[in-house]
Amino acid sequence: MSAAAAKKQRPKYLSLPAIVFQIRLPLPGWVSILHRISGALLVFPFVAWALYLLDVSLRSEQGFSHAREYLGTPLAKLGLVVLIWASCHHFCAGIRYLLLDLNKGIELKAARISSAVVIVLSLALTVFLAAKLW
Amino acid sequence: MVKRVIVGAHYGTRDWLAQRVTAAVMAVYTPAALWVFLSRSPFTHDSWKALFAQGWMRIATLLFVVSLAWHAWVGTRDILMDYAKHDGLRLALQVLTVLLLAGYVSWVIEILWR
Repeated sequence: MSAAAAKKQRPKYLSLPAIVFQIRLPLPGWVSILHRISGALLVFPFVAWALYLLDVSLRSEQGFSHAREYLGTPLAKLGLVVLIWASCHHFCAGIRYLLLDLNKGIELKAARISSAVVIVLSLALTVFLAAKLW
Repeated sequence: MVKRVIVGAHYGTRDWLAQRVTAAVMAVYTPAALWVFLSRSPFTHDSWKALFAQGWMRIATLLFVVSLAWHAWVGTRDILMDYAKHDGLRLALQVLTVLLLAGYVSWVIEILWR
């Protein structure tokens, strides 16, 4: 064993801060960690938020107009934009993983290109859907 | 004699497959529902309520939320196994996740069949 190998701390556990700040992730790595972050955000709080809005809006006429007014406030709009981005990113990255499962696009070059496509497409979809809401 | 393997790596296959099947369900529902929502005009409480009064919409929405809960369970478990190193903490967070997801499913049933 070389001296350099002996000095390394093993086993090496990855922590979230290490992934975000220490390791220079390649593009597919960014898609992967953003897939996790967007998924976690959707589980909580966004599903709870969406169910709350569905509940209130279906409950009564006043609830419906209350929900509409509430969604017009700046904070709710910001939340909606993040929700839309998380959904779009998770959706696009998920489709990419399904294709990778089918051995489509597993070469390095194709994997890098599809990663860039996922990031750009989900941002473009976010802008499009956000614009459609306003 | 029943031979049962209680250790090994193959138990992940079912979760892996379930995550993909539930993903497909949600990938069909989400754009379809979005299209139905956005093409409804005028967008009022009455039309919104009428939409969710229909049997197919209730069933589809329930299937969506059940898929979401199952899918989210696999994903959350993966995340917790990777980042929550302390056994007790991980177990507590997993239990909380299950309760949260079961709560979501119950809540949507309550909303849809009120």
